Amino acid sequence: MRLRFTLLFGGVALATMQMAVAQAGALRLPRTVEAGSAFSIQSTGSGKATLYIVGPGQVLRRDVQLGETISFAPGDLHNAGHYFAVLVGESSRDQSSTDQSSTDHGVFDVTAADKPAALSFLAKPSRLPVGLHGGISGVVYVFDTFQNLVLAPLPVSFQLSEVAGGGQRQTVTTRDGVAWIKMDSGPKEVAAQFVAQAGSVSAARVIQQVPGNPCSLRMNARRSGQRVMLETEPVRDCVGNAVPDGTIVTFTETSSAGQATVDVPIKRGIARTEMPAYNGARVSIATGVVMGNEISLGRE
Amino acid sequence: MSTGRLLALIIAVATAAFIVMGTVWPAASAVALAGSGAGLLHPSSTAQAAVENLAHEIGQHAWDRAYSSLANKNEFSEDDFKRDLTGSYSSLRTYATLDNVELRPLHASADEEQIQLKLHWSTVVGTFVESRDLRVARAGDRWEVTWPLVKEPRVPPQVITVNYLRWDVVYRGPEDDWGAQDVEAPHVRIVDMHPVERSDGVVLLGELLNEDVVPAFVSVKATLLAKNGSAVASEDSFDKISHTLLPKQVTPFLISFRNVELSQVDSVKIEPSSSLIAASADPVIEIEDQKLNPSPGASLTGKLVNQSGQIVNVAHVLGTFYDNTGQLVWVSDQYVDRALLPGTPVSFAISIPPDIARKVSTERAVTTTYSSDRLQ
Repeated sequence: MRLRFTLLFGGVALATMQMAVAQAGALRLPRTVEAGSAFSIQSTGSGKATLYIVGPGQVLRRDVQLGETISFAPGDLHNAGHYFAVLVGESSRDQSSTDQSSTDHGVFDVTAADKPAALSFLAKPSRLPVGLHGGISGVVYVFDTFQNLVLAPLPVSFQLSEVAGGGQRQTVTTRDGVAWIKMDSGPKEVAAQFVAQAGSVSAARVIQQVPGNPCSLRMNARRSGQRVMLETEPVRDCVGNAVPDGTIVTFTETSSAGQATVDVPIKRGIARTEMPAYNGARVSIATGVVMGNEISLGRE
Repeated sequence: MSTGRLLALIIAVATAAFIVMGTVWPAASAVALAGSGAGLLHPSSTAQAAVENLAHEIGQHAWDRAYSSLANKNEFSEDDFKRDLTGSYSSLRTYATLDNVELRPLHASADEEQIQLKLHWSTVVGTFVESRDLRVARAGDRWEVTWPLVKEPRVPPQVITVNYLRWDVVYRGPEDDWGAQDVEAPHVRIVDMHPVERSDGVVLLGELLNEDVVPAFVSVKATLLAKNGSAVASEDSFDKISHTLLPKQVTPFLISFRNVELSQVDSVKIEPSSSLIAASADPVIEIEDQKLNPSPGASLTGKLVNQSGQIVNVAHVLGTFYDNTGQLVWVSDQYVDRALLPGTPVSFAISIPPDIARKVSTERAVTTTYSSDRLQ
């Protein structure tokens, strides 16, 4: 709504400008202005006029004395973009008058400040297995104080750090305000800090590096009367990380009496259960699509 | 008299006649639905009538009348009788209604008969059948039923230590920056998928693995596509799946497409979905004595043993059946009507279609459990 109003207002101002012919009043505009900074516009001529500045999401109106410098305070113009400036003399604003004089116009750009003030950091995924090549992606959008996208190339450093101090660091230069990177997940199970930094501004995300599939799943059996106690060795992935508690391990016992299965969650690194002890029964173990060892139960 | 008035008169007379007939000679199902209906029972002058009356009173939850009609009521209390039929702990039985009954005479003499009573109970997840062999004996001019009470085992008071393991989830809040990532949905993967043509349509069978380290709530939606890419039918797995999957757990799923022929199908678009849920790793259920029973009446039978201390009110058993090459050939399920008490085996039987049973070589069973304290 605000933008529509601005464009409408700008259109009216431009129409007024086109009807007029500059004679006495003129503007000397800067080519670019940094968003949020103070700036001034020099006018020439004599008499009174009104200056309109129309840009994205913003319109300024100033009554000016021609021939003087028109000053704008810091923060007066804070949205980056292309701006129109229109100077309309007193006589040209009078609709009954046929004297079309004292009008000038021009354009200038407001650019984002070069100093980054805020980062929008998209890091994906928030959780992934260890040792995954190119598994982590980070995208950073760099903004100035007024949330203008900083289009000038800026170095952004990405750091994926683990608690033990290891990690990866890379620096990427922004293109059109955006910098992106792909990184590998580390070998250790950890909640890694993924930090993006541009200048003095940084944003952090947590990437949870979790163990991969269990490796060399093994169990032991101990007979106790009519039951057999089954217990895994500590369940670890292929690089030695303990598989998290809660992971389901399936014990399957096949005997002449039939089959028995039980899905047991790992607790404190080990899955344990007890099952009926049948002579000659075979007990196997699996988790997900990973098979473990098999045990044959002999006579007690 | 106009034709319209004549028609109205005929309808009024016919309605009155049907009301009178329904009141004087009610159908058995109508009696069951009529509320009390005690006055509509036949006198127990035959063994069959005595069993019918007992079944009717059970269907009406008229426990006092049913109990007082039994021949062996001195052997147990009315509460025992009620608990036998509705369960000591909250379970599917507690909320079941008697749909219909079947009587089958087994043996008869002048003063004693044996009759098999099949009670068809109806629940929110389907029906289950309970069979009791009753001895009915003559007592003067009437017959009385001896009820074979099945006492539900009681768990002695004790403390069962459980290393409680649970996942809770903190989601992204409304005040978080738009770039702040939310917690990642669990990664799940279809590890097997196989369409099968049946007489009533196409069935899609498969298995889904939670390959993540967090629990997942899963469902599977499938769309059958024709050669021109148009959708023939779209369905989801509904309850033929274990919706809660703990890390590295595998569930079978079955999706039915009624009135669809496999020849209409060119490809299948399958969409597994998963979301993070707060979940508990307990209770642990052992499925022991699993046996594949051949036709006729092919089934997978076994016993569920609750290895935890928590009472499980409803257990759902899913059976996955494979042929001798390891190919998935069928998925079937059963809800267990009794609560699972700690360490107490409860039997289950999952039926297998006869034509499938011939192909089945191996099976795998998984359970899903529901406890009332978690449902509240």
